[in-house]
Amino acid sequence: MSNKTITIDDIEVPFEEGQTIMDAALAAEIYIPHLCHKPGLSPHGSCKLCTVDVDGRAVSACTLPAAEGQRIDNNTPALNEVRKTITQMLFIEGNHLCPSCEKSGDCTLQAMAYHLGMLDGHFPQFYPQRELDASHPTLVLDRDRCILCELCVRASREYDGKDVFAISGRNTNRQLIVNSATGRLADSDIETDDMAAHICPVGAILIKDHGYEIPIGRRTFDLHSVAESDLGEIKLSNVRHHDE
Amino acid sequence: MSNNKNLRRIAVDPVTRVEGHGKITLLLDEQNHVREARFHIVEFRGFEKFIQGRPYWEVPYFVQRLCGICPVSHHLAAAKAVDQLVGVDALTPTSTKLRKLLHFGQTLQSHALHFFHLSSPDLLFGFGSNLEHRNIVGVIEDFPDLALKGVRLRKFGQQVIEVISGKRIHGAATVPGGMNKALTIEERDRLLADINDVLIWAQDAVALNEKIHTEHPENHGFARLNSNYLSMVGADGKLELYHGGLRASRPDGSKIFDQYDYRGYTHIIREEVRSWSYMKFPYLTELGRENGWYRVGPLARINNCDYISTALAEAARKRFVAFGNGGFVHDTLAYHWARMIEVLHSAESIHELLLDPEILGTDLVVKGEKREEGIGVIEAPRGTLFHHYTVNEDGTIKKANLIVSTTSNNQAMNESVRSVANEYLDGNEITEGLLNHLEVAIRAYDPCLSCATHALGKMPLEIELIDAAGEAIDRMSKASNGSIKRTL
Ligand code: SF4
Ligand code: FES
Ligand code: NI
Repeated sequence: MSNKTITIDDIEVPFEEGQTIMDAALAAEIYIPHLCHKPGLSPHGSCKLCTVDVDGRAVSACTLPAAEGQRIDNNTPALNEVRKTITQMLFIEGNHLCPSCEKSGDCTLQAMAYHLGMLDGHFPQFYPQRELDASHPTLVLDRDRCILCELCVRASREYDGKDVFAISGRNTNRQLIVNSATGRLADSDIETDDMAAHICPVGAILIKDHGYEIPIGRRTFDLHSVAESDLGEIKLSNVRHHDE
Repeated sequence: MSNNKNLRRIAVDPVTRVEGHGKITLLLDEQNHVREARFHIVEFRGFEKFIQGRPYWEVPYFVQRLCGICPVSHHLAAAKAVDQLVGVDALTPTSTKLRKLLHFGQTLQSHALHFFHLSSPDLLFGFGSNLEHRNIVGVIEDFPDLALKGVRLRKFGQQVIEVISGKRIHGAATVPGGMNKALTIEERDRLLADINDVLIWAQDAVALNEKIHTEHPENHGFARLNSNYLSMVGADGKLELYHGGLRASRPDGSKIFDQYDYRGYTHIIREEVRSWSYMKFPYLTELGRENGWYRVGPLARINNCDYISTALAEAARKRFVAFGNGGFVHDTLAYHWARMIEVLHSAESIHELLLDPEILGTDLVVKGEKREEGIGVIEAPRGTLFHHYTVNEDGTIKKANLIVSTTSNNQAMNESVRSVANEYLDGNEITEGLLNHLEVAIRAYDPCLSCATHALGKMPLEIELIDAAGEAIDRMSKASNGSIKRTL
């Protein structure tokens, strides 16, 4: 245990050399909102949900290394307002039809919106035209829901040892592409059991022929807030009420 | 009941529902008689395109968004189609019963809402009465007991929906080939705790409507049409809302077809497109374009069926048949009476289902071999509802076709409007009285546009009068707050 510390919202938090602010916070069970970060995968710093204030400067907690003596503001009304705006943008930049979405209740973006008190999209919809890829026998890629977090990209590279996904294009044309000769999922080497097939926080990558099997009331975020579930506080005793 | 307070859901939905509003155009002939009436409403155009290319298992969830009041009906019709897509012709007994329970809950809440919120003011106060008072607030003032029963009936229906699907609207219940959740004993018992009251309120609702209709002879001829009727019936001709064969009858009660497998519906029903309307005009192929129009919904079902399986509703039906002297009842306002008979039947059926040990079963899903085409039909509160899908090999929707209940009643609503307009149009000026009467005629059918504006039951409506030369000579509109103004 090192004795170096940072201060997050007036709480002193220890950290190890090489840890980011996010790593240190999660280890201390302090929740910093995040969407593109997943412990175990390399940090990416694209969603900006984890924006915190370090000594008066706005930075991404998931990429900035912790350094002795940093004074960090995290859970402040102003920062949460910024995060809410970012979340609203993520909604309107895609086509998120929550009421009919299989992922509703299991969707991290939706849970984040709830956590931040977002009530509507606020901004005008983009209605982007995005292609659905149902070519794969067991998986479907529905780009309408993609928030370009690149978790699948990293999971495929870093965990599955493949390179199935990438992001291409700029600005509003940015989209998730499949690294195969045809650009279709069927012609990539992704398999049902790959981590990349299960990691998507919003349901852009889904298992085919399945949906709505978990009843409302028993879905991830019906039982736990996004903060609880990201902090891994889900103890077995809490999960029990699944089959009550 | 699920502990709904804990549900964390942001329901962002960028596809806003079209605000329902109606427009009536009356076309006059040289003698200023109403030659033709055209009732336009905003419908689900574009939906069939919208769903193209989407995964088939999403469809029952997508279609819930078609309508704010009857999402469950669309959900179930689509789910039946999806069962076929995964090669399942029969669900487990428990799943079939859970779906029926859900459907009866939906029918109960939809019918209760329609009568108590939308129609009871017209029927209790008279169509010509003071507009200021002729609304649900007026009903609450003058008939507090009745209003309370209406609210409770509806609430019970919603509770049934919530227990089965997790939420009152946009819940999740069906999966391909079955259901996603068994009913717990605790949930069943909570519903059973209220059922006796519900049965009493439902009987009161039937009695009230029966009395209103039989004691007001002026209501009998109002907007009446000697029409054909289409509905689903059970194997032995009983009233059936969830699954059965199609039966169509002529006005005299003779059958055009019976026990027709609805998967062949394209052979017996065609849909005509008319340039002035987004809504199609379905007709029975055998009778042709001119004469093949028909009515669907409670009036069609109660006329068409041979009996009702539950005792109280059957007794009510017998009184209905007696009123028609054994023949069909063609009074358009008898829709309300028939609707309440179905409320009673729904309440009794919910009771039966809850007492059935199989309802607590846990065997919920059947698997089969995938097929390319699926057709699901149910009797929605407003009438026969068709959902038809074909899929591509990759599981995405190739083509969708829907015939919603309101569309089936399209021609009938126009005919009723024409009949009422001819009776109440005085000269070539639209009066408030005319507008009110037209509204009452349309409302009897409970068209889907009322969904969007159910709050106080006032649908925005515009009426236009066009003379023989094609010139608009008068126009009047009524806003959803009830205010009326001449707009020409
Ligand atoms: S598909 Fe999902 S995991 Fe992949 S980039 Fe899009 S949102 Fe992220
Ligand atoms: S979690 Fe840090 S930028 Fe996305
Ligand atoms: Ni509807």
